[in-house]
Amino acid sequence: MALSNSGFVKITSPHTHGGNTTSRIMLLVILATVPGIIALTYFFGWGTLINIVLASFTALACEALILKIRKRPISFFLKDNSALLTAVLLGIALPPLAPWWVTVVAVSFAMIFAKHLYGGLGNNPFNPAMVGYALVLISFPVQMTTNWTVPYFMSGAETIPFTNSLSVIFSGTAGLSDAFTGATPLDTYKHLAKNETAVEILQNPLFSSDVAGAASGGSASNWFAGGWEFVNIAFLLGGLALLALRIFTWHIPLSLLAALGTCSVIFGWDADLYVPWSLHIFTGATMLGAFFIATDPVTASTTPLGKIIYGAGIGILIFVIRTWGAYPDAVAFAVLLMNFAAPLIDTYTQPRTYGHEKAKRGMPAKLDTSTTDSTSKEG
Amino acid sequence: MANKSLQEISLDGLWKNNPALVQLLGLCPLLAVTGTVVNAIGLGLATILVLVGSNIAVSLIRNHVADAVRLPAFVMIIASFVTVTELVMQALTYELYQILGIFIPLIVTNCAILGRADAFACKNGVIPSAVDGLTMGLGFTVVLILLGVIREVIGQGTLFTNMDLIFGEMAVNWKIVIFEDYPDFLFAILPPGAFVAMGLIIAVKNLVDTHLEEKAAANKAAVEVGSKRARVTGKIS
Repeated sequence: MALSNSGFVKITSPHTHGGNTTSRIMLLVILATVPGIIALTYFFGWGTLINIVLASFTALACEALILKIRKRPISFFLKDNSALLTAVLLGIALPPLAPWWVTVVAVSFAMIFAKHLYGGLGNNPFNPAMVGYALVLISFPVQMTTNWTVPYFMSGAETIPFTNSLSVIFSGTAGLSDAFTGATPLDTYKHLAKNETAVEILQNPLFSSDVAGAASGGSASNWFAGGWEFVNIAFLLGGLALLALRIFTWHIPLSLLAALGTCSVIFGWDADLYVPWSLHIFTGATMLGAFFIATDPVTASTTPLGKIIYGAGIGILIFVIRTWGAYPDAVAFAVLLMNFAAPLIDTYTQPRTYGHEKAKRGMPAKLDTSTTDSTSKEG
Repeated sequence: MANKSLQEISLDGLWKNNPALVQLLGLCPLLAVTGTVVNAIGLGLATILVLVGSNIAVSLIRNHVADAVRLPAFVMIIASFVTVTELVMQALTYELYQILGIFIPLIVTNCAILGRADAFACKNGVIPSAVDGLTMGLGFTVVLILLGVIREVIGQGTLFTNMDLIFGEMAVNWKIVIFEDYPDFLFAILPPGAFVAMGLIIAVKNLVDTHLEEKAAANKAAVEVGSKRARVTGKIS
């Protein structure tokens, strides 16, 4: 729009514009998270929705404030929905009953430090949402790991009404019994696997009182857990929709899931000792990470081969950190570590330009002098 | 360099060429032990002591040590002063000595000290060197304390905890609890928080410098207008 006003419309070839603007892409990604948000709200209560609303207001306020300080057009950048997307992803990632200040700290750090101190949208080397998440995860480990609500169908658990969720988020968990909150299935399995066999672990209500488990007669052979499989499937559907709309390509999600699956099948073959592959793929933030976080066009690798390496790297790191690390989930750390590597991967995976030799060690190859001898007169 | 007045030397150490904010030297202890104000003051005092001592000693021997072996000689001198400081701290503030731990012996490797020895003390007389050591150390300490304040308030919600480790009995009640029931903000207590706080302090310093420069430029421009007119009228003579 700004271009056409300044007289840059004199284009001869019949170019068409795909109609993709930043704000449209961001909006589509936000819409694609809706199935996942619905699933999260269904299984874990109102907390996620409250988090998302709180995060959105904080993000817009921070964005407006910092744009004002940087003397940039405020409404132009607020309308591109990127701040909103960061807020929505953080709201989803944070535990549903995380205290309000955890959300505010995470979002403001993401917007101010991870995004705008690096130069704003398009210049940030690290995914802002994951920087904010990692910050609060290492800063407030207690609030971040124990405030996951227990899925509604578990024995002894009750759904928390909307007003109760509000009071828990804004005034603390005092008076809330353990029946409402707990660790995630990944964490639970990892800790139980130290002493128990797979069959014993699956007796844990988190695994055995599953919806799917109930359908199959509550048998202990159920490898999924605690509503998480439906959350992940919902995010998978949203991600596939984005793929169909060509918002991103298949490279990163596929290589990420393939690498994570392969690692967990090879190393996690013994379910008595390691978390089985089904839990790796269908619990935690795997699908959210694969389709919505790793595919961030700013911080991910951009070449086709590079995207595959980048996705596979995240998948391997997720498995390594989940299996041998101290934190319950690993998507944030894995994505941030590969964000570091993305520029290097891009340098070494530049595709061959038509009519040129393949790039060597990241440097573009020189023109083939034997064929272009007559035209090139470079000294 | 040799003709600098003591005032200029002091201004350099405290502001214009501050070892922590401008030269970015000695970052390892700076980032590692500024979790609380008391740690910051402790390390700052130790650094001042070593810096003044080594600067004076280096300045005294500057004409008697061959150029080729000057660095080993400097390191020997610095190491001696660090050992002295370490023993003094062990005697006077044993608990603080235990808290700071490895970072006291590591003052030897603080490049701010070797940097001052090589860049200033070995080219200047005893008194300028002592002033340089003192002001550089003070500049470093001020930044340490500033970082300590920021990190202690954000990290633990308190200020001046355990000040009695340095100031004795009278400082037992100096602790100020700023936020009651504060959940520890681990990021600020860990070194990454120090990096971020440090970056913000440097940003503020640059902001002040830019502001001062603009002000100076504005003043200068005003003077130039006058001087042009003076030159015009000057033709009369």
